[in-house]
Amino acid sequence: MPPLQRFTVTTVIGFIALFAAVHLASAQIKIGSVLSVSGPASFLGDPEKKTLEIYVEEINAKGGVNGQKLQLIVYDDGGSADNARTFATRLVEEDKIAAMVGGSTTGSTLAMIPVFEDAKIPFISLAGAIQIIQPVRPWVFKTPHTDKMACEKIFADLKSRNLTTIALISGTDAFGKSMRDQCVSVAPNAGINIATEESYGPRDSDMTPQLTNIRNKAGVLAVVNPGFGQGPAIVTRNYRQLGITLPLYQSHGVASKQFIELAGPAAEGVRLPAAALLIADKLPANDPQKPVVVDYSRSYQQKTGQAVSTFGGHAYDGLMILVQAMQRAKSADKAKVRDEIERTKGYIGTGGIVNMSPTDHMGLDLSAFHMLEIKGGDWTLVPGT
Amino acid sequence: MRTLLETRLLPAIVVAVIVVILPYFFPSAYYFRVGALVFIFALAVVGLNLLMGFAGQVSLGHAGFLGIGAYSVVIGPVYFGLPSWLCVFVGATVSGAVAFLVGRPILRLKGHYLAVATLGFGLLVAIVLTNEAGWTGGPDGMSVPRLALFNWQVRGSDSWYWIAGATLVGGFVLALNLMESPTGRALQAIHDSEIAALVLGIDVARKKLTIFVISAMYASVAGSYLALFNGHVTPDIAGFLRSIELVAMVVLGGMGSIVGSLVGAAVLVVLPQALTIFHEYEQALLGFILMVFMIFLRRGIVPSVAATFAGRRK
Repeated sequence: MPPLQRFTVTTVIGFIALFAAVHLASAQIKIGSVLSVSGPASFLGDPEKKTLEIYVEEINAKGGVNGQKLQLIVYDDGGSADNARTFATRLVEEDKIAAMVGGSTTGSTLAMIPVFEDAKIPFISLAGAIQIIQPVRPWVFKTPHTDKMACEKIFADLKSRNLTTIALISGTDAFGKSMRDQCVSVAPNAGINIATEESYGPRDSDMTPQLTNIRNKAGVLAVVNPGFGQGPAIVTRNYRQLGITLPLYQSHGVASKQFIELAGPAAEGVRLPAAALLIADKLPANDPQKPVVVDYSRSYQQKTGQAVSTFGGHAYDGLMILVQAMQRAKSADKAKVRDEIERTKGYIGTGGIVNMSPTDHMGLDLSAFHMLEIKGGDWTLVPGT
Repeated sequence: MRTLLETRLLPAIVVAVIVVILPYFFPSAYYFRVGALVFIFALAVVGLNLLMGFAGQVSLGHAGFLGIGAYSVVIGPVYFGLPSWLCVFVGATVSGAVAFLVGRPILRLKGHYLAVATLGFGLLVAIVLTNEAGWTGGPDGMSVPRLALFNWQVRGSDSWYWIAGATLVGGFVLALNLMESPTGRALQAIHDSEIAALVLGIDVARKKLTIFVISAMYASVAGSYLALFNGHVTPDIAGFLRSIELVAMVVLGGMGSIVGSLVGAAVLVVLPQALTIFHEYEQALLGFILMVFMIFLRRGIVPSVAATFAGRRK
């Protein structure tokens, strides 16, 4: 073997031995996770992974759960449902985990569900779509609110302002599409009439034609924009450029400071639903979620140096719901833990107050969302929401 | 025994032996899953290798055919009530037909133009799968009805290991026979020198088209298997990255080496699994290892190693 090859081989073997040693040294309750840490969905997976690591360490420092330390095993699916499925099999067959918290995207979650259902292992997903918990599957739970709830929250606000005829303009990305479908399906029940609909591609840079169509449509009283990323910011700018004065509603998908920066002064007066986490400092002192979200924001910012996102919050909720269920079950027995997760009542998390039941494996209601209005370049809480 | 070793089907026989022996070393179903994935990807890579290694054409959109195959075993059973096994063939036929239509104009292009045109094709398939949500379930994908053969519900990783392994051996036999056929020899002539092949009276465009259709059908069957095996399919199966992954498997294993297809697929499926112990560094290490392979084994793993042994024997 030439020297360079010999060196490489020795180094690699050395590394493997070192990491294997670190791996074997710790822990008893194994918690598995498959997250999209890299790839197109890394904005979800990255904060989720950091959150799980921070809190598993914190829990272990306080003595673990039921006297046993937690061991977290995270795999990166790179945003591919196929990889997620392989890692799920690996967690079940090789790592023999007691419970699973993870699945950043709906696609990867749906691909992993059969693995955990077959193995009878509690699975708390961090992905959004309602298909994950509807129909209810015995072993599958989720922490994030659904798009459907965001639609309902927006529609409730529209209804209270008597703006019942609206136009919809949505992105064709996964988020925009899923939310648009939910909005269309809940609109009749909410007493909202969708008069016209437009869409745009995730990388479009000008939505003036679609918005012109909406402006020319008679009877429209407000515009709702289910979308994610920079699309909604462009919609907002074009909206003002065209001089449209109808109230504009954005979705929880853009509930970040970045949106206000991108849209600039055009964002003034835009309303959107958002989880408590984003407005931790704006919540009234008597809000039950206030201590939780302030505490989580502080820890996360301190440990990572980055701003919090709701996605990391979903991971926090998933882990805490699981840990509390294990404490109530006084063991890590899969069936007992599953039963206890289902009995979760009054858990106060970053996403809202969770009350699960055999028919509801998410346990959030509309109070999980707060209606925000952008004023002076910052969020303000809309009173009464 | 001597004739057996000298037959051109030797690689297929070796693969058959590997498929049969490996499970004795498998401690759990997870290994069966990884094994099945290797075989499924190897099937697609064999097809792509015929195109790249023998016909000398690069396709950057091959995952498009994986996508067609994958979604045909969803759309067929769900919307038309067709049995899944039949849809594997329907998907292959559709892929072949699409490849024929797309390939006719595209394969007259040369060099980078062809690569760009196939790249466009692959992206188009991914866009259609994402946007035609009424048929495909959109970006979140659809769950795939399980394969039923006669009265046997195929679900376990071990069942799929055997199905994929058997199909791969079949794929090897087909590819090896094809290479020894007049078409195969014509293709190698095209690969060596297109002008010389033309002078010899070979219909270059037509031969390229034939091999493009065949390689699309290989990819389609692999896509169908992948969808049936996973039980859920999302548009990322047809994504650009998947196409690149297939090309990387061909190059890594060795262009023009049928056995190399299996080796390339095995390395790129198994390596990410093995590297997970390095956590944050796994992507960087994966890149590093691939670079080392390409620097020291420039012609791909199998041809380079074979050349080394041949050199020593002298």
